[in-house]
Amino acid sequence: MPIPALEFVHVSRSFATPAGRDYRALDDICLAVPAGAFLAIVGPSGCGKSTLLNMAAGLLAPTSGTVRVGGAELAGLNRHATYMFQQDALLPWKDVRENVGLGLTLAGVGRADAQARADAWLARVGLAAFARHFPAQLSGGMRKRVAMAQNWIIDRDVLLMDEPFSALDIHTRQRMEGELLALWGESRRTIVFVTHDLEEAIALADEVVVLSAGPASHVVSRHAVTLDRPRDLLDLRTEPAFVDLYRSIWADLRQEVIKSHASGRV
Amino acid sequence: MRRDRGIVFAWQLAIGIGAVASWQWLVGVKLLDPFFVSRPSDIAIRIATWVTSGVIWGHLLITLEEAFLGLVAGAVLGITLGFVLARSPLVARICDPYITMLNGVPRVVLAPIFLLWFGLGIWSKVALAVTLVFFVMFFNTFQGVRDADRVLVDNARMLGASERQLVRHVLIPSALTWIFSSLHTSLGFAMVGAVVGEYLGSSRGLGYMISQAEGTFDTTGVFAGMVVLASVVVAAGMGVTRLEKWLLRWKRSEA
Ligand SMILES: Nc1ncnc2c1ncn2[C@@H]1O[C@H](COP(=O)(O)OP(=O)(O)OP(=O)(O)O)[C@@H](O)[C@H]1O
Ligand SMILES: [Mg+2]
Repeated sequence: MPIPALEFVHVSRSFATPAGRDYRALDDICLAVPAGAFLAIVGPSGCGKSTLLNMAAGLLAPTSGTVRVGGAELAGLNRHATYMFQQDALLPWKDVRENVGLGLTLAGVGRADAQARADAWLARVGLAAFARHFPAQLSGGMRKRVAMAQNWIIDRDVLLMDEPFSALDIHTRQRMEGELLALWGESRRTIVFVTHDLEEAIALADEVVVLSAGPASHVVSRHAVTLDRPRDLLDLRTEPAFVDLYRSIWADLRQEVIKSHASGRV
Repeated sequence: MRRDRGIVFAWQLAIGIGAVASWQWLVGVKLLDPFFVSRPSDIAIRIATWVTSGVIWGHLLITLEEAFLGLVAGAVLGITLGFVLARSPLVARICDPYITMLNGVPRVVLAPIFLLWFGLGIWSKVALAVTLVFFVMFFNTFQGVRDADRVLVDNARMLGASERQLVRHVLIPSALTWIFSSLHTSLGFAMVGAVVGEYLGSSRGLGYMISQAEGTFDTTGVFAGMVVLASVVVAAGMGVTRLEKWLLRWKRSEA
């Protein structure tokens, strides 16, 4: 068996609650992401999706268990991954072009070169006209697109994305999903994609993982998405195969969402 | 925005003129004794003679030089240490009681000691200004760096930032708001340090002029010295504001 690009081996993570108790967010997660795969993770709000990505990025250490990257145990930052955060993470004091080129600048790429490549990426996310704007002058959805360009411009094997498209309107969103699939198709990078939108998860991914409601969230089920590629994102959602998949995954997810509501944690 | 600025300036002018005019008037109708409070017209005349005769320039220059050196040295030391301690929490915890202790020392008490150590020249005044500026800059930088948005730091690190790049691209800009607000305070403190130092032992500078005037109960001279001092601080403050506006121009759009 080939070595997975990213692997969670019996990973658990607890946090201290304000009351000083121990809250177990994730419990015994075992999950392997094959190299080149597009994996989507869905689960109720607060179940620990971001926490999982934080550990994959190496920003957070598991309470127990290990994260493996390309077979090696991860210690410190994951240098093989980019991470698009759920929150706004653009530097407010750099304009859009500088933000997009930041990864290049940090890697020592010359100014002119970094600018040219940033501009090319800005065109790809449809923001060529906003190169000299500061983040505060953009809409929430535009900031997300800048963040996408900022992440995609640097060449890493694994892309971690935390609800990247949830702030976008449906049209922009479909365009960005298309760009993401195109990028992934070109480069065969590994993508771990967190979303609360099951349709989006199925439309994009090879495999959808359902996490249970917290506390002690674990993997409820994994569903292979066998839809053909390339996929036509505009019409995919009405195809019978898509609808069947949606039904069977939703049956799992639905229960977790109900549990999560019942426990009053949302 | 533009209209607001006009209104603000008109009010500032009106308050200033009103205060000076009533001062002049109260002395004029003998409700206030000019021996104790002088009078605005006398003060203006005194400043004019200082300027025309040129006696003021040498003194002013010395004071400015001391304040400037004190400001720069204090700021560099304060910002540097602020950064270092903010980035190494363990060292910060070890140093904490000592910093609090040193900050608690009244600077006026230090002045004679500095005279002893650094002599009657400018360096004792510079040292005094440094002790005042340093702590303001230090505390604000420390707070500013600590305050840096966690997500911004994490994002920059994921994009490949080394510790040095993190300081340059994230922490310094993030702390800049704090550093600038403390720079305004520090400006006044640097002048205070210089003038108090001169006041207690010197043969040159604005503080010396003021102390000379006090020695002869020349209230007009004392007030004139204070007015010059205040004008310089206001002018320098305006310079800092402009620099701040330019460096923090990314913020304007948020307002
Ligand atoms: N730094 C932290 N300190 C304490 N508790 C935390 C921390 N981070 C996360 N948690 C807790 O862990 C649980 C999972 O949080 P997480 O942010 O991973 O959820 P999520 O699945 O990403 O939710 P959402 O879909 O709303 O983004 C939550 O109950 C949260 O309260
Ligand atoms: Mg989340």
